[in-house]
Amino acid sequence: MALLGLLEREPSHGYDLKRDYDTFFGRGKPLPFGQVYSTLSRLARDGKVIAGDAEPGAGPDRKRYVITEAGVTEVETWVGQPVEPEPHLQTVLFVKVILALMSGRDAARYLDSQRAAHLKRMRELTELKRGAELVDGLLADHALFHLEADLRWIELTSARLTALAERVQS
Amino acid sequence: MTGPHTHTQTQKPQAQAQPLLEARDVHLSFGPTPALRGASVSVQAGEILAVMGPSGSGKSTLLHCLAGILVPDSGEIHFAGRRVDPLRETERSALRRDRFGFVFQFGQLVPELTAEENVALPLLLGGQPRAKALAQARPWFERLELDGTQRRRSGELSGGQAQRVALARGLVTHPQVLFADEPTGSLDSLTGERVMDLLTAAARDHGTTVVLVTHEPRVAAYADREVIVRDGVVNSFAPVAA
Repeated sequence: MALLGLLEREPSHGYDLKRDYDTFFGRGKPLPFGQVYSTLSRLARDGKVIAGDAEPGAGPDRKRYVITEAGVTEVETWVGQPVEPEPHLQTVLFVKVILALMSGRDAARYLDSQRAAHLKRMRELTELKRGAELVDGLLADHALFHLEADLRWIELTSARLTALAERVQS
Repeated sequence: MTGPHTHTQTQKPQAQAQPLLEARDVHLSFGPTPALRGASVSVQAGEILAVMGPSGSGKSTLLHCLAGILVPDSGEIHFAGRRVDPLRETERSALRRDRFGFVFQFGQLVPELTAEENVALPLLLGGQPRAKALAQARPWFERLELDGTQRRRSGELSGGQAQRVALARGLVTHPQVLFADEPTGSLDSLTGERVMDLLTAAARDHGTTVVLVTHEPRVAAYADREVIVRDGVVNSFAPVAA
């Protein structure tokens, strides 16, 4: 969907799309060329883009791709639609706490350890943000806010561990 | 054959440097209510330590003990190799004025004074002449992005500006330790982050040790390390290696 969205701006070559994808969304994980072209082929098959004729010149693929009306509609729908809020983010943390309590293990110690791990990651992200350009800074902020939400849950659960232990052991 | 380095080698102690600031098994109650029950923590010189914990856990009380504002019922406070909890109030007061800086949640600026007078206040109280104290205060206005606010009184400052003036006041004496109690607690998160950016940058530039009390993980993330105070006891956990 990101490629289709990038293509909406102007007809582009696969290489241009990859470059812009890597700039804004890649974050150290560049999109392989193979994936760019397989995605564009699929979009062409589904009628979301049209591939122009191959142009003369060097490079693996000199086709210019153009988005279709159906493609624009898809981008329009996708961008406007809220993402499903993820109610399962805590699942692993939650399962660990419950299993620890059920088996008589030290759930508080696990939560302390998890808190320390979360804070360590938050320190790394905060350091990364220092002097980072806007795009990188906002990405780090997104991660920081999610980790902070986890930590709030960890605090709440730590405070209610005794009651929770009684509940799961009964 | 013995090389030039081996025969001149001296054995240096490998142990970690002695902490600059330390609480050892500190107990303190307010009436019948125990606030600290055996709290121990040590802070290395130049370190930025976050003291976290829920409301009422004793984290601010611990800061006050470390800073010589409160005296523990039992236990010891050490600063720069010297035990400070048995000192008389006048001596502790001198210690606070000369070696420590403070920033609190609500800047607690003196409303009758201008921003630059507020910043210069610790120097004035330390006996410096007014012109010299104000001259020393001035560079902090540029450093903390406060240019143009020098002559304003606290009522004419935004929350973020007031807190940066308070930070400048806390740092103007070049203290060895800056004690910051929820320094961003009254600010929105963007303004708070700017204050933390400036606080940590200034502390690192001057080698200032910082004890930062906060319940906010995003603020604690500016520190080098965190400890958690819970029920008057300090827990320090390193993450388990993945």
